[in-house]
Amino acid sequence: MKSLLFKTASDYLLPLLLLFSVFMLLRGHYEPGGGFVGGLMAAIAFLIHSFAHGLKETRNIIRINPGMLMPIGLLLTLLAGIAPWLIGQPFLTGLWFEEPFRFVGVVGTALLFDIGVYLVVIGATLTIMFSITETV
Amino acid sequence: MEILLIIIIGLLHAGGLYMLLRRSMFKIIIGLILLGNGANLLIFLLGRLVKGHPPVLPDGAKIFAEIYADPLPQAVILTAIVIGFGLQSFAIILIKTVFKVLETDDLDELNSTDEEI
Amino acid sequence: MNNILVIAPILLQLFAGTILLFFWTKTQIQKVLSILFSFLSLGLGIWLFLLTWKDGIQFTHAGNWAAPFGISFVADLLSATLVLIASISGLAVSIFSVGTMREERLKFGFFPIMHFLLMGLSGAFLAGDMFNLYVWFEVVIISSFVLLTLGSTKSQLEGAIKYVSLNLLASSLFLIGIGFVYGLTGSLNFADVAVKLSAISNRGIINVTAGIFLVSFGIKSAIFPMYFWLPASYHTPPPAVSAIFGGLLTKLGVYALVRTFTLMFGGDEFLGIMLSIIAALTILSGGLGALLQKNLSKAFGYLIICHIGFMVAGLGMFTEVAILGTVFYLFHDIIVKTNLFMVAGLVLKINGTQDISKLGGMYKSYPLISILLSIPLFSLVGIPPLSGFWPKIFLIQGGLASEDYFLIAFIVLGSFLTLWVVAKIWAEVFWKNAENLPVKASGLYFNQMSKANQSMVIIPIIFLSIVSLYIGFAAENIYVLSEKIAADLMNPQNYIETILGIKTILP
Repeated sequence: MKSLLFKTASDYLLPLLLLFSVFMLLRGHYEPGGGFVGGLMAAIAFLIHSFAHGLKETRNIIRINPGMLMPIGLLLTLLAGIAPWLIGQPFLTGLWFEEPFRFVGVVGTALLFDIGVYLVVIGATLTIMFSITETV
Repeated sequence: MEILLIIIIGLLHAGGLYMLLRRSMFKIIIGLILLGNGANLLIFLLGRLVKGHPPVLPDGAKIFAEIYADPLPQAVILTAIVIGFGLQSFAIILIKTVFKVLETDDLDELNSTDEEI
Repeated sequence: MNNILVIAPILLQLFAGTILLFFWTKTQIQKVLSILFSFLSLGLGIWLFLLTWKDGIQFTHAGNWAAPFGISFVADLLSATLVLIASISGLAVSIFSVGTMREERLKFGFFPIMHFLLMGLSGAFLAGDMFNLYVWFEVVIISSFVLLTLGSTKSQLEGAIKYVSLNLLASSLFLIGIGFVYGLTGSLNFADVAVKLSAISNRGIINVTAGIFLVSFGIKSAIFPMYFWLPASYHTPPPAVSAIFGGLLTKLGVYALVRTFTLMFGGDEFLGIMLSIIAALTILSGGLGALLQKNLSKAFGYLIICHIGFMVAGLGMFTEVAILGTVFYLFHDIIVKTNLFMVAGLVLKINGTQDISKLGGMYKSYPLISILLSIPLFSLVGIPPLSGFWPKIFLIQGGLASEDYFLIAFIVLGSFLTLWVVAKIWAEVFWKNAENLPVKASGLYFNQMSKANQSMVIIPIIFLSIVSLYIGFAAENIYVLSEKIAADLMNPQNYIETILGIKTILP
């Protein structure tokens, strides 16, 4: 799409949306939000960028192949899942640090799980969308 | 509210089945999407509707004082939507590839695997 | 018994798939890792089976939320055995695909997706919760979609359209059924649902729910009116993919039928009659369809349908002996059908075609391989000491006990049809004089393969033949196992009490 307005807007929207997606990810455990929504939002940010600048440009700023985000995310979720095994608790039991961290809030395995989901969702959505775009 | 939902679910299922029975590949996918949405709404309805009481504890409270909405259908539907999203996007890419390779949208022409004995 | 490691077989496959995703284009590493992980999962399968055999039902509640509120993973004897058998099949297919899969198809991620498929299968066998079962079903079907369309040839895409749309329909129906069950009982845990459903006096609405599940699982397991997608799609992908589909996917539907129709909807007269009629027609249409086919894989596809009928027949009779037969047949069938499609793949690799009328002379040119291939073929028929014989005996015994002479007639007929098909295949492919087949330039023939690759094709067939010989010759062990499973399935009291942790009285 050759529109100067859209191009300029997407330049500003990309960092803002990415920041907002991280915000969504972090507030996710007790309030609406979470890894899935955050991941979708981040994927949409990249999609808007690719609409405005073309796929090649977007691939350049992501740098790694978005498909690679999926195994990384899956490993993180798996790690979050089996961490409770170390203290003899069942799969996926939530473990938490006592004290909340600054900016981030309470940190636990659920956050690790959410980060994993976030990466998988970005990877999967971008892979699907990019492959649809490329085959048109 | 229940009556309205029941009508919508009925319409979604009817529309989905009608589309499934068409000959065009594309319409079958639309039918499956409608059917999936109908199923999700059905779970929502059968999990009992509660108005204005989300299953979120107010600050400081330890237990729910009044009746509250069942969170489980919501979790189930969310999961089903995500799964449906994945399956449907696969199906859409598939019909696109099929259309490109076979250059037809008509299911009647997709029977070479059945005919060769 | 509470055991947090019950889900280890699932997680191992997830880990395997994830690690293999990192080596997306490096197929050599993928081959080695896949076989390695398959051996590990076989080890885990044996461990879980022995544990369940010794200590009874193993379970864990994910996230430490007790049943019926959380998601339970339950390994009773049936689940543990199926996980073990799935890992045996998985190992065989993994080795077989190293030998036969083309490099360009491996580059599209065959191995990681195969491991995700196996993860979904172990998950579905271990799920103790209806919605969890749905999620694992979806994991299985989405992996199978990818495996089916890998390579995107014309016939594959045509088959895939039918397979994908019918399976999506089945999933929607499954979801609708889950909605009904949740509306009726307010729970999704198998054990809890079983208790609460038995307290509902309006049997009509339960039968409707059961009917929805029957259609949904019926599409997946290819029973009578819903089987058309199977012969249209199963012969299209590469042989390694067909092997894992033919061996395990339809059996997942049968497992779901066995689980729900014993635990939740068991013993209803109307459903029993319904299942019996469907079983008879499934046997008939599968057997007759197989007779007609000239393509080897397609004939085997119809035989899958025919033999699904045997298992559903046992479920329809619903006596302990008949369920024993069903379970026994399930174990035998997974191994033999996986092997059968690998046999079809080997025939294709040797001759370059699967057309029965053109094939011939295999016995003359490859006598040793032919004798090896006779083991799975005749196990399938059930020539007495081989593995297909014993479960049919129990099915017929069950039929005699419940006086279902009509079903017995169909089981005998189905066996004859199978014998006819296999005899025809044996005569045409192995004994008839060879024709000069046109040599295809693109295909890699068996005698052009390196020695290592040749053994990679033969070893899994030998391995599964040994397993099916074991099932045949050591039938008393499998009998004891199946008897115990059937007793557990018919009296789910112990299952329910173990999962819920409370004493309950079923009417």
